[in-house]
Amino acid sequence: MASSAAATAQPLDRTRARRRAAWRRRRLVLLLMAPWLIGFSAFFGYPLVMSVYLSFTHYDLLSSPKWIGTANYRYLFTQDPQVGEAVKNTLWIIAVMVPLQVVFAFGVALMLARARRGVGFFRTIFYLPALAPPVAATLAFVYILNPATGPVNVLLKHLGIDGPLWFQSPSWSKPSLVLLGLWGVGNIMIIFLAAILDVPRHLYESAELDGAGPLQRLRWVTLPTISPVILFSVVIGVIAGLQYFTQAYVAANVASGQASQAGDQTVNNLGYPEASTLFYPVELYQHGFRYFNMGYASAMSVLLLVVAFTITVLIIRNSRRWVHYVGAAK
Amino acid sequence: MRRVGIGLLVALVLGAALVAATARSSATAGTSGAKVDNITIWVGWSAAELKAFKGVVAEYDSKHSDVTVKVVGGINDDKITAAIRSGKVPDVVSSFTSANVGSYCNSGAWIDLKPFLSKDKIDVNMFPKTSQYYTQYKGKRCALPLLADVYGFYYNKAMFKAAGLTSPPKTMSQLTSYAKKLTKKNSDGSIKVAGYNPFLGFYAGNAPDLSAYAPLFGAKYVDGSGKSVISKDPAWSKMLTWQKSLVDWYGYKKLQKFNAGAADEFSASHAFEIGKLAMMIDGEWRVAFIGREHPSLDYGTAPAPVDDAHPELYGAGYVNGTIIGIPKGVKHKDQAWALVKYLTTDSHALAIFSNGVRNVPTTKASLTSPDIKPDAHFKTFLKIFANPKSTTTPITAAGNAYGSLIQAFAVKWQAGHAGDLAKGLQKLDKQIDAQLKQAQAGGVP
Repeated sequence: MASSAAATAQPLDRTRARRRAAWRRRRLVLLLMAPWLIGFSAFFGYPLVMSVYLSFTHYDLLSSPKWIGTANYRYLFTQDPQVGEAVKNTLWIIAVMVPLQVVFAFGVALMLARARRGVGFFRTIFYLPALAPPVAATLAFVYILNPATGPVNVLLKHLGIDGPLWFQSPSWSKPSLVLLGLWGVGNIMIIFLAAILDVPRHLYESAELDGAGPLQRLRWVTLPTISPVILFSVVIGVIAGLQYFTQAYVAANVASGQASQAGDQTVNNLGYPEASTLFYPVELYQHGFRYFNMGYASAMSVLLLVVAFTITVLIIRNSRRWVHYVGAAK
Repeated sequence: MRRVGIGLLVALVLGAALVAATARSSATAGTSGAKVDNITIWVGWSAAELKAFKGVVAEYDSKHSDVTVKVVGGINDDKITAAIRSGKVPDVVSSFTSANVGSYCNSGAWIDLKPFLSKDKIDVNMFPKTSQYYTQYKGKRCALPLLADVYGFYYNKAMFKAAGLTSPPKTMSQLTSYAKKLTKKNSDGSIKVAGYNPFLGFYAGNAPDLSAYAPLFGAKYVDGSGKSVISKDPAWSKMLTWQKSLVDWYGYKKLQKFNAGAADEFSASHAFEIGKLAMMIDGEWRVAFIGREHPSLDYGTAPAPVDDAHPELYGAGYVNGTIIGIPKGVKHKDQAWALVKYLTTDSHALAIFSNGVRNVPTTKASLTSPDIKPDAHFKTFLKIFANPKSTTTPITAAGNAYGSLIQAFAVKWQAGHAGDLAKGLQKLDKQIDAQLKQAQAGGVP
């Protein structure tokens, strides 16, 4: 009887010991993750929950929020006269700038990967614009593309071409921002370059032995191998497009030529010209911080979060068809 | 699936970062009864203007041995709001954006000044009606005016003489005809000198919300119940039609190129100051700028020309101004009020500050103060300010958000992209009403 009790106690002890060990491990993991968890909860989790709550309130930043149900969302979806334009502009910049940035960055990376001489110099040159602060870069572009005095139009004039109005024209303002975006594509370029240089040589050699030309090697070896990086660039690009703000804000204020004195917020140049650079985050900022309409701005930001999330999910789901992970388990 | 999970997490984190930017917790303001030795005032002025303001405050300091006033310049409304929310407020605040007075008064973020005014028997009628209006919201007075910006007309006398013109235009049709006479073009057809540049967005006098033009056409924004009447008041369509016809005379694209080549309006290369613009509507501050930057410029000032059908409006103009108040949670309330009272009601203080920055002093008495430095150019603006027909833009619960809607329509209109004017203005009315309703949701403000 005694021996049978001892036999039962042994597995029980082992189970308890295993549980204790597992709990200790979990505790350690939690402890190690604590800085991130605390930061995430305080700086992301709480504001996120608060934003959702504030989106159902009227909140002017100065007095307590007042619950108004779905009124902010109703105005957003049915009455706000400027949000439609802001959405249109944002979709435009995503649809045009993101693919162009990816293609341009990939093209530059491809050339740099094949360069034989001055590799370090060219890599530095092409990466350098990415180091320029967005505000300074935008100021420089507005100056360079000034229709009357900018060097680009002066040069075009010498060639007998009447240059466009660039940031002054509603048709050219977004393409001008795209040019700025392409110029500063260094970060994506460097990731592409690393990925291209990481493609195993033997794949190229096998393809070459099979008679594949340069274009076929690009199509069937390079692109599939670096497809995870393309996916990453597209996702990051789309999210950045949805949050496009700094360049649009600076370009509109500078190009409009209507400066304001220190602290004067009566002059409103956002979206200049003709609301062509009024992107969704610019409109959101305007409501939240210019008109003290933070409840409504929160509703706009919640919608933006939902849209960003949905688009990302769609891209990632769709990516299963064209993204290949080398060595990934099927 | 795992990769999808990671992707979703990345999206969530990035999205949350964006959402976080809009969420801030409200804070309550604290008070303390510390010994009074130092009070702080926040103002928007910077550089030379801040120096002038500090001079006024230094005079106050010298008269009040118990108080030392610390002046902080370069402040905007974002900083004021953040301070009030944090509870760490200066004793006195001032803002260039009078349109925000609705939020400040209604929320109680700037305290009600009525008890102080009553206690000291100060009658607000000492300020002109327009300044009384933009310093309160629905009868709640949480601010007082501290100098005003008044818009008038500037013209280049030398160019007038060369074109055979002897006096500034008094009506819009005269302005149009003078503008055409004074405009000079380059051999390629581009504009060398613009007689008058009516392009909305070009310098402060052409603010795209048409605020500087509205008083010149007698245009009303709202009716008695606060509803937008832009499509019902014929002044608006008249104003926009006149403006576009002059834009079309120059050519929209040519004006855009001219504007792009013109220097920043607060630089010494301002188009009027360097002779690239013969006439303009601008604020009174330009007198000081010209005095500093181009003292030899031969120019004159006058009230801006008005609608031909309303000659009685001549002499009026657009008025806006700096507002000053006491934030809630202030430490030294009485001392703060004493400073506000001095800065806003003392004719001498207003006059010397006006001399320093060449903004218009805001009490009726100070307009004729012997302390005001005589200046023929500046005198014009004192008269415009005192004119009972001078107006400002409406103070609403939505701040100046309605101005953005007017601007959105007006800039499309001048570009020829707005379609039918009457229908566009009707739509604009609906948009403004809906915006105001949204801003008042929940009964606030």
